[in-house]
Amino acid sequence: MRIVISNASPDPIYEQIVGQVRAQILSGELSEGEQLPSIRRLARDLQISVITTKRAYEELEREGFINTVGGKGTFVAAQNPEFLREKRMKAVEEKLAEAVEQARLLNVGSDQLVEMLRLLYAEDE
Amino acid sequence: MDYALEIDGVGKRYKGFALSEVSLRLPRGYIMGLIGPNGAGKTTLIKLILNLVRRDGGAIRVFGLDNLADEAAVKARIGFVPDEPRYHDDARLGELASAVAPFYAKWDEGRFRRLAGEFELPLEKKFKKLSHGTKTKFALAVALSHGAELVLLDEPTTGLDPVFRRRLLDTLAGLLQDERSSVLFSSHITTDLERTADFVTFLKDGRVVFSDRMDRLAEEWAVVKGGREMLDADARAFLQGVRVRPHGFEGLTSRVDEARQRFANGFVIERASLDDIMVLYGREVANDG
Repeated sequence: MRIVISNASPDPIYEQIVGQVRAQILSGELSEGEQLPSIRRLARDLQISVITTKRAYEELEREGFINTVGGKGTFVAAQNPEFLREKRMKAVEEKLAEAVEQARLLNVGSDQLVEMLRLLYAEDE
Repeated sequence: MDYALEIDGVGKRYKGFALSEVSLRLPRGYIMGLIGPNGAGKTTLIKLILNLVRRDGGAIRVFGLDNLADEAAVKARIGFVPDEPRYHDDARLGELASAVAPFYAKWDEGRFRRLAGEFELPLEKKFKKLSHGTKTKFALAVALSHGAELVLLDEPTTGLDPVFRRRLLDTLAGLLQDERSSVLFSSHITTDLERTADFVTFLKDGRVVFSDRMDRLAEEWAVVKGGREMLDADARAFLQGVRVRPHGFEGLTSRVDEARQRFANGFVIERASLDDIMVLYGREVANDG
């Protein structure tokens, strides 16, 4: 887990933590079941208050990103399948955008590109 | 809720100064900052907790125990760093540590040695030869070496360089890892407290202006800024403190939503820092237009 706190940011510190942890879980950098530092440990490491860290963890827990297991610690939660699908769809879109960009450079029109895609798609079926 | 410290309606009257109706609560396992200008009563309040000054009225409980009825038990659980640490001037630090150790049932010599090393305390030097900062470090090492569960620090960062101030904050955060220890920390250097304190109590003229969670402050207080001509009588009456400068004014408010409506056009509304609150609160301006 990487967290960088900015004192100049207009966002409160707890929101900065929530945003960064959320992004790392969505990108897969933090994976399901991975243990997060304890609230007090993280507060000390970041030189911020216990309450601020607690608030960030509570928010992440409410959003379903992490789970706290009494006595054991805090872990990255199993992710919602819809979330995961959305995230993967985004990856597909990015790859297609890349293909479109390359096609444009070669003056390949959209009809021709769609045809290529259709052929490729059929090939694997 | 399990409280390290509960203060209810405490008062103390001196000639020319009074601490009145002071109330606050510090839950166990957290840090509270005590802020306020010089003369606000911060040191008096800390001395009242230790019964170094006897209160006129009200109640003070430490871990649920009355600080007068159970004075010895309460003191055994408190570590104290005064603003001006005083020990026998001609004694060496090492000798002083050995001299105070027997007074504490839970003295931890190993921990003291470790902190002395970490704080680079010159144990062979005489107390009177030390700088103010080093005297504070010594008092801190003692306060943290006898199993205290509540640590009271009176302006500990005065005379300390920024490197040691950081280390002090880290040492305090380390103390909190056990979820049992609590810290009350007075300071007029608000940046020391802004990030690390869980709670903050603001004293002014012997009264508590607020005692709240630090993270709520940012939501509850704001600074309004604008040109001088924008500060009319209504605006002045609305704001809880105003500073007028040649190029504009700054005002403080704890009615943030109302302020956003009232000062909609051309004004700037920002989150108030602890410094803003300390500087602006209660500040009145001469009616100089």
